[in-house]
Amino acid sequence: MKDLHTLTIDEVHAGYRNGDFTCTDLVRHLLNRIEKYNPKLNIFLRLNPEVLDQAARIDREIKEKGINRPLLGIPFAIKDNFLTVGIETTASSNILKGFMPQYESSVTQKLLDAGAIFLGKTNMDSFAHGSSTETSDFGPTLNPWNIEYLPGGSSGGSAAAIAAGLATAALGSETAGSIRQPAAWCGVTGFKPTYGRAGRYGCIAMASSTDSPGPIARSVYDCAKILEVIAGQDKFDATTSPKPTDKYSACSGQGSLAGMKIGLIKEYLLPEMRDDVKKLIYDSADKLSSLGAQVEEVSLMDPKYSIGVYTVIQRSEVSSNLARFDGIRFGHERDRFNDENKRRIMLGTYTLSAGYYDAYYKKALAVRTKIINEFADLYKSYDALIGAVSPGPALKVGASKDQPMFGEMQDMLLEASSVAGLTSASVPCGFVDGLPIGLQITCDQFQEMKALSIAHCFQKNTDFVKFPDLNSL
Amino acid sequence: MHKAHPITSDDVRKIAKLANLSVLPGEVDKLAGQFSETVDVVNELNEIDTTSVPETYQVTNLVNVFRDDVVDPARVLSQQQALSQAKNTHNGFFVVPRVIDSVEDAL
Repeated sequence: MKDLHTLTIDEVHAGYRNGDFTCTDLVRHLLNRIEKYNPKLNIFLRLNPEVLDQAARIDREIKEKGINRPLLGIPFAIKDNFLTVGIETTASSNILKGFMPQYESSVTQKLLDAGAIFLGKTNMDSFAHGSSTETSDFGPTLNPWNIEYLPGGSSGGSAAAIAAGLATAALGSETAGSIRQPAAWCGVTGFKPTYGRAGRYGCIAMASSTDSPGPIARSVYDCAKILEVIAGQDKFDATTSPKPTDKYSACSGQGSLAGMKIGLIKEYLLPEMRDDVKKLIYDSADKLSSLGAQVEEVSLMDPKYSIGVYTVIQRSEVSSNLARFDGIRFGHERDRFNDENKRRIMLGTYTLSAGYYDAYYKKALAVRTKIINEFADLYKSYDALIGAVSPGPALKVGASKDQPMFGEMQDMLLEASSVAGLTSASVPCGFVDGLPIGLQITCDQFQEMKALSIAHCFQKNTDFVKFPDLNSL
Repeated sequence: MHKAHPITSDDVRKIAKLANLSVLPGEVDKLAGQFSETVDVVNELNEIDTTSVPETYQVTNLVNVFRDDVVDPARVLSQQQALSQAKNTHNGFFVVPRVIDSVEDAL
């Protein structure tokens, strides 16, 4: 039998059904691994104190009623910006140290209602301010593929938890790249839903106009199963869409890509990109066309402009969202914000301030409109757009130090799709120097089904999902 | 189109005040340099003509989403819950810093 920590959701359920192991067995196995590897990798900030009691309850439920909830007994790693009742929640910031949420976030509530069990909270860039986990107030997470390297971020702990086999599935969130980039750097699958497809209530805000909760998991199919649970209108988040959701797990029915037109974004093969990385993207395009898709090169706005657009939108919204941290109703005083938090709040305060609002904020929002229109034009002819997730593989620990735009540079291939609110999958597409590379498959708003179907078809016909050897740690 | 505007140390002190953040005197120059660097990247947006292009604030085009004006107990915290994470409470209220009669430096 496969190791318990490598199983997918369906494989876990098959194990429960066949009586091969119980939820308690699986949770204990993962807790043992966490005890062994977490001190080296710094993935979990803290564990759910009730997890074994909850596992026992789930075992009784399975015995009595069988598996009649979609994620029953699936152990999750939860990014620390989701409020979880009974588990301290800090967004990896000292300002929230000791904070015990008074209510549950909408998406974690949906996971719990579907039977999921939470192992604990994962490390992230503090308030999601970064793409490395190095801005965490609790130290960086290290990449399970090579601990000299970063896992990416901001959902770096959640992606590393899947790569290291410390959880069956994980919850992340993306403002611009925070699901897809760590998934790529850790060699796992991440999925960013359309803005407004999953509720933001109880997700500690970074940039409210692009924040999107989403899954990081063993496979596209697992991401689809999780999305099926967390997607949908949230009555506590007025920006969620009333559009009906799809049965996303039906993406596994995609046998070929015949009839699909896919655009390979020329500008995303950056001049500075290594040839071996470019080759993996071209190989992926070839694979998609061998599966029946018609793949053509297409052109989008130079990604350098999306860096500017995203920087202004995000910093501005950060300054507004983080104004509520006053140390009065919850949390500590503002002097506990770290340097990166302060930089972002202050720059956003500047871009929103009198005299600069038009020049920066409104200008960025107008260029955003142009980006949206460019995508809309392409989606008239193409089902999906592809490119690398990141300009290269994971960077070394320390790479973000004194780089005030580190995250924006690392996420330059993801910012346009994020400010346009699109949906996108990040799937492993090969390795360079022993580090994983990710392919993004990006579709129009609310075309989750299409993105998942293409990504699933690609994943089923390739062999890039691997497990790092942790024995040498 | 406006021209590049390097952020000065005075700007940094003013922004910090607006953002209710304290900045150590030794950090001011460094921050001014970093902010100017960031603003330089942002200023590249001026290469793009946005004449008569409207701004997009909300990407899925939802407009004025209302709910019924009734109390939903599912999203209401009890007084005890609401106060549970505050460091300083008094008789069931949050204790806030004094804002009246305090001397504020003019910006």
